[in-house]
Order: sequence, then structure tokens, then C-alpha cells
Amino acid sequence: MERIIKNGVVYCPLNGINGEKMDISIKDGKIVESVSDDAEVFDASGQIVMPGAVEVHAHIAGAKVNVGRMMRPEDSKKDAEGTVEATHRRAGSGFSVPSTHMTGYRYAQMGYTTAMEAAMPPLLARHTHEELQAIPILDHAAFPLFGNNWFVMDYLGEGDIDSCAAYISWLLRATKGYAIKIVNPCGTEAWGWGGNVHGIHDTAPHFKVTPAEMIKGMAEVNEKLRLPHSIHLHCNDLGHPGNYETTIESFEVPKGIKVNPATGSRDTVVHGTHVQYHSYAGTSWRDFESAADIVADYVNKNDHITIDIGQVTLDETTTMTADGPMEYDLHSLNGLKWANCDVEMETGSGVVPFIYSAKAPVPAVQWAIGMELSLLVKDPAKICLTTDSPNAGPFTRYPRIFAWLMSNQYREDMLENKLHKWAQKRSSIATIDREFSFYEIAQATRGTPAKVLGLSDFKGHLGAGADADVAVYNMNPDTIDPSSDYMAIEQGFQKASMVFKDGELTVKDGEVVNAGLKGKTFWADTQVEQNSYNAVLKEVERQFVKYYSIGFKNYPVEDEYIAKSAPIKGVML
Amino acid sequence: MSEIILTPKEQPQVPLEAPNIKPDVFAGKTIDEIKEVEINYGNDTVKLSDFFDVEGTPGETAGEIKIIIDGDVSNTKRIGQQMTAGEILVKGNVSMYVGLEMEGGKITVQGDATVWAGQNMRGGELEIMGDAGDYVGSSYRGDWRGMNGGLITIHGDVGYEIAEYMGGGKIVVKGNADHMPGVHMSNGVLIIEGNVTSRTGGEMSGGTIVVKGVIGQFLAGFKYWGVEKNIQVDGEDIPGVFYKFTGDNAIKGANGTVYVAVAGNKHVAPE
Ligand SMILES: [Zn+2]
Repeated sequence: MERIIKNGVVYCPLNGINGEKMDISIKDGKIVESVSDDAEVFDASGQIVMPGAVEVHAHIAGAKVNVGRMMRPEDSKKDAEGTVEATHRRAGSGFSVPSTHMTGYRYAQMGYTTAMEAAMPPLLARHTHEELQAIPILDHAAFPLFGNNWFVMDYLGEGDIDSCAAYISWLLRATKGYAIKIVNPCGTEAWGWGGNVHGIHDTAPHFKVTPAEMIKGMAEVNEKLRLPHSIHLHCNDLGHPGNYETTIESFEVPKGIKVNPATGSRDTVVHGTHVQYHSYAGTSWRDFESAADIVADYVNKNDHITIDIGQVTLDETTTMTADGPMEYDLHSLNGLKWANCDVEMETGSGVVPFIYSAKAPVPAVQWAIGMELSLLVKDPAKICLTTDSPNAGPFTRYPRIFAWLMSNQYREDMLENKLHKWAQKRSSIATIDREFSFYEIAQATRGTPAKVLGLSDFKGHLGAGADADVAVYNMNPDTIDPSSDYMAIEQGFQKASMVFKDGELTVKDGEVVNAGLKGKTFWADTQVEQNSYNAVLKEVERQFVKYYSIGFKNYPVEDEYIAKSAPIKGVML
Repeated sequence: MSEIILTPKEQPQVPLEAPNIKPDVFAGKTIDEIKEVEINYGNDTVKLSDFFDVEGTPGETAGEIKIIIDGDVSNTKRIGQQMTAGEILVKGNVSMYVGLEMEGGKITVQGDATVWAGQNMRGGELEIMGDAGDYVGSSYRGDWRGMNGGLITIHGDVGYEIAEYMGGGKIVVKGNADHMPGVHMSNGVLIIEGNVTSRTGGEMSGGTIVVKGVIGQFLAGFKYWGVEKNIQVDGEDIPGVFYKFTGDNAIKGANGTVYVAVAGNKHVAPE
């Protein structure tokens, strides 16, 4: 099947294309150089054409996402839609934590075609994959949590990188996981004892390992396994005033480790996630202020790191993370309902609703910090735009964030009329007049996430050979002035005029017209030296018998779970 | 003044949902137009006249319209949802969610109501001459922000967890209440003239509950203050002799008040 998207204004940063009028040719689900005259023609004149966007970090599937849905019927009530029989669209509900089908539709409507589930408890990998399978359209992957895993803590406590690599290689395959996710290393384990760790040099209770050793060890394992993505780090001390020092210290830890992916073109060793939550100065909520300038400066000066933002959207939302102690802090702060879970030898989690009120001082500063980070990091090749959905706000707010970043006037309106004055007083946001271009938006939502995930051979760009994931927006860059027409920017990005997924027209005029498409599941396939692998597995099996609530043979996610399996190879022997 | 009379034909087995039965929707419409007003029958949308005969004098504004439902609507939900003005009189029983999120005006039900009557009420008046079910004047399921204005009066008995997360307004129950009236309540007034089965004011953080009948099992989280005579609650004098408690201290900083009639309640006083 051949298709051609004609005369659009194309933004494709990975190929250096900045607003050129050109045609995009599609054949058999891939982008090609040209097609025959028989190709089906789609007119995109006067419209923006970008690669399908890539979500680098969100919580869209799995146990804690579902707990968020179950404990918040009032969130479901706020946003519900019925079935659309003509296009086989299923009903759904949920504002901050939409149900599975609605998650797929809403991402697709905004031109997103790939999304990462950023925190998968290995023990709950089946549930996570079941939900990912129920999310239509999006290609996806899930990051297993390793930062408080007992095996990893034991191996790295002893400095045994080889055994740790063998274990992680096995676990990635067993859970069909994609990347090494580290959340509050050692802290969630300490929470099992009612505590936490502070900074990166506290030792986890009953282990001989510190957060710093965990970060370094896993970064080494990551490159030894030649994984597509770097380690994906949720630093210690999330949300604590004064935490920026921990953040920068953590980013320093893996510096100098040689980047070594087997595929893709990643050139960094650590991805710092939702850095807004980690860029706080002050000593308490009373003298709390932004340290985004310091963190952005660090990112500007160092090339071993990428970050995503975790932009606060000023909504009522649902926070959910494997950072169990942080969720308890949040619950103590706002008094709202709280779910807490301990996942045996692996991790934990918590869920708490949260209201980021623009008129309240702290959320206003958090909003400003996210904006500062996006605007002060000079090179959009180093940042991905996220809300850590749904933690700082639902992913459906991305278009608003793009508009804020593209319009100083929009931000001034927020600062003058909507936000608590702390936003101006406790941050530098009022002094920043930079405005993102369409090219830079495309970079921070397509090129950069695809590259840092190691998927840029076929995602995040529109060169020949790429997956034919294309988003078309009904905005004419020649006539629209994002600076003043910011509401049009927001609306334009909210509902793409056309979205193609693997070459199939999936969204038309902002509505999903092909709701039945199933996405691919990316997972990391690696092989390590057989003797060490066998020895490690023998030990793991022994521990399973002793401690786990599930049999060793029942633990792995079988191939049957995955409709479209897409292994990405790392180190192979 | 306009009176619009809806005579139910037959209550179907599949429930009707009729948030459009309210003066705000009928205002400015002719009788023929009112017949066309949409209601839901299961997952189908139907016309009001499919299930009701409609007659009477139309009115221009909601405030001048009185809707009389002349018969039993015990399988019709959401009557008067979000109404802001005017009046509804039901001469029979109603189903769930009568007066849901109502903001003004008055609803009178001469028969019984089932669950969620006056959920999330904001203002106006809801009076039920018979019994009501669970969750009278409660919040939406899961929400911690409930009823915050208006007056609900139930002349009969009520079920579980009435006034749940109540944050304002007033509820008067002339009959008995089942478990946990005023659970999570933070403000407003709840007066129960009959008996309570158990756990009055569980996890309440504010507001006032008065129980004139016999209180069943009471919670340990309340502090006893002694006996008070002829109390005043929300500007209203309530004669009688009451034990006074504050709590529920299961909640940090809680400051709710529970008055329990001395008569018949010796078992809850510490002495
Ligand atoms: Zn996250």
C-alpha cells in the first residue's frame, strides 16, 4: 500500500529538516524516498508535518495505574466518553488516569504514536503487559524497577557487576522489559522499615550498598549489556526542598562511563527523569525556591545526560510512584487518600490524589521550575517534554505546555493573572523571554526521546526506513504567530488533523478513525556469558523457593502475552 | 405561576434517567416542546412523552415553574439534578439521585426515595416525606468533597453513611439512621431525631451532629465534655438534655461536635 502526504511543512530535527515544504512517501508501513503515481494522496498544504511523537516517561499501565483508577471514581466521573460504533471506538473514562482504550486514543489524537510505561514492578509485569496490550495504537515498552531490588542490592553491595549484569539480562527478558529504571535507590527498601535514605551515601537497611553505588553499578551494567536506553533515574530526595544538590551529585555518578549501545545512536549514560521535582532549593516549604538555573546549567555543561521535565500543569491529578516514602510524605501533607504497596523483594509504591492549585504558592513555583528547566537548557537535544503523567498533570495537557513554551505572552498572562506571586519571586521565570520554535518542540517530543531511548533508527524521524508514524497539524507556520496565537497552538496540537501509525490513517480531524490497531512491544534482548548466567539463575531460583510468593517457572511473561513482540538487541554472544 | 403536570404511564423495568425533569429545562418551552425533552431509557435516548403524559401551563423562567409528577416514579433516577430554581412535587416514590447536585429551588417527594438523595447538594431544599436509602446528602463515590449547602429533610428512616463528607448545609432526619451517619463530615449540621445504629460521626473533622434518640455503639475517638441543657446549633434552639462530645480524634486536629440525648443513652457517657 502506497501513500503520500503532500505539501506539508515538515519539521524533522533528527534529519535537520526545519519547516521545509515537502512530501512524505509511505510504503508498507515505512517511510520511503518516493512512491508511484498510484499512491493514495493526502493533502497537507498549509499544515505542519512531524514524526509521530514519542513519550519517554509516563505511567499508563500496570498495578499502580490501576490502583489510581480504582481509588478515584471521582476522577473517572470528570471525564468520560461513550462508544463510537462507526469507528469501533470503545467507551472509557478518567481525567488524570484514563482507562486503557482512552489512553491510546488520547495520545493518538495529539499525534503521539509511541509511549513508555516508566515503572513496572517485575513481579507485576504480566498485569502491566496485559494493560499495554489493551492500549490501542501506541507502540510501547515498560521499564522494570531495579533501584530497590534485593538481588541487585546484594550484587552491587559486593561490587559484582558481572553477576548483576547476568541477573538484569535475565530479568529484562523474563519481564519483557526495556530499560533499567531506578527509583529512589535504597529509599523504597528503607520505606519497608518505615524510613528513607537521604542523599546518595546512606546505606540501605540490612544491605551493604548506597544509592551512589546502585546508580554507578547499574550504569556500568547498562553499557555492559549494551542496552538501547541509558539508565533511567528518578533521583533520591524527590520533592524535598534543597534536593538539587542530591540531584547533581547523582548525575555526576555515572559520568565517564563509556556509552556503548548495540543499536540506535544514544550518546548519553544517564536519563534524569521528572527533574522539576528534583530542582528545589531552600530548607523547608517556607523558604522553598527554584534551583532550576543551577540544574539547567549542569545539564548545559555536561554531555553524558538527558533529562525530562515533569512539568506541573496546575490540575487536580493522581500521583503514583515506586517512591513509597515520598507518597507517604505527600499524603501527610495534603491529607487525601493514600494507597501503599510493598512488592516483596523488588520494590514498593504509593498513590495519592493531588491538587496543583495555581493560586497556592508551592505549585506556582513548581510550575515555574518546569518552565525554567525547559527554557534554560539551551539544547532541546538534551530534554524531553513530559508531565511524568499523571504525577505533575495528565499527558493530555501537552499541547498547553507546548503553547506555554512557544509564547512568552502566554507565560506572562499566567504569571500576572493566574499564578501565586511566588512563581515570580522564587524563580527566574519572569526574566526568561525565550520562545520554543516548532522545530524545538519537535525535537523535545520526537527526536530527543527517540534517540535517548535507542529507537531513533526507526522512530522520531521521517527519513527513509523509519516507521511511517506521522502527525499532521492544521496550523500554518507561515501565518500563525505562536507568540500571540497561543490558544490556536494549544488547540492545534490537541487534535491532529491526521495521524498515521505504521502508514495507516489512525486519526482524522482530531478523531480516532482506526481504533483497532495494536502497537508493538519493545523489549531488551541480551545475552551474557553462559557460565555466569547459569550460576546467577541457580541462585535466583534458590531465593525464589525461599522468599517469593510465586514459583520461579511461573514468573516470566510468556510470549503469548505479547501480540507484536519487537525485541531490541543489546549485547549478544 | 406555572404548573406542569407529568403523569407517569408505567415505570419500565429498565430504569429511566431523567436529569432533564427540572424547571431549568422546562423554562421557556411550550407543552409540546416539553414532551420532546430527552430522557434516557437504559442506554437509549427517548422522549419524555414516551413515559409521561404532559399537561399544564408553561412558564418562562425556572423560578415560576412547579413540576408535579402525579404518580409513582420509583424507577426514575436523577429527578431535579442540578436544578437551580422552581419546584418539583413528586406524588409517589422516586429512585436514586433525586436532587443530585441541586443548587436551588425545592423538591418534595411524598413517598420514599432510594439511595444517594441530595448527593453533592449545593443549595435549595429537598424534602422526603417517607424513607430514604443510603448516602443521603453524601459526596460522589470516592470524592472527599460532598454536600456543602441547602437543606434536606427526611421524615422517615435513612440508611448507611448519610452526610458522608458533608461540608456544609443541613440535614434533618425525623426517623432512624443506620450505620455511620456523618462519616468524614467536616462542616454543616446533621440532626437525627430517631435512633442511630452505630458509629455516629466516624472520622468527622468538623460540623455538628445531634442525636435525639438512642445511639448504638459509639466510637472511642470522641472526647466527653459533660451534660448540656437546651443547646443551640446553627442559630436554632434545641430543647432537651444532651451529652456533649468532640472528635473524631482518629483524625488529626478534628473538631466535630456530637450531642447525644441523655435519655436512653447512659451507655455512652463515661461516668
Ligand atoms: Zn514517573
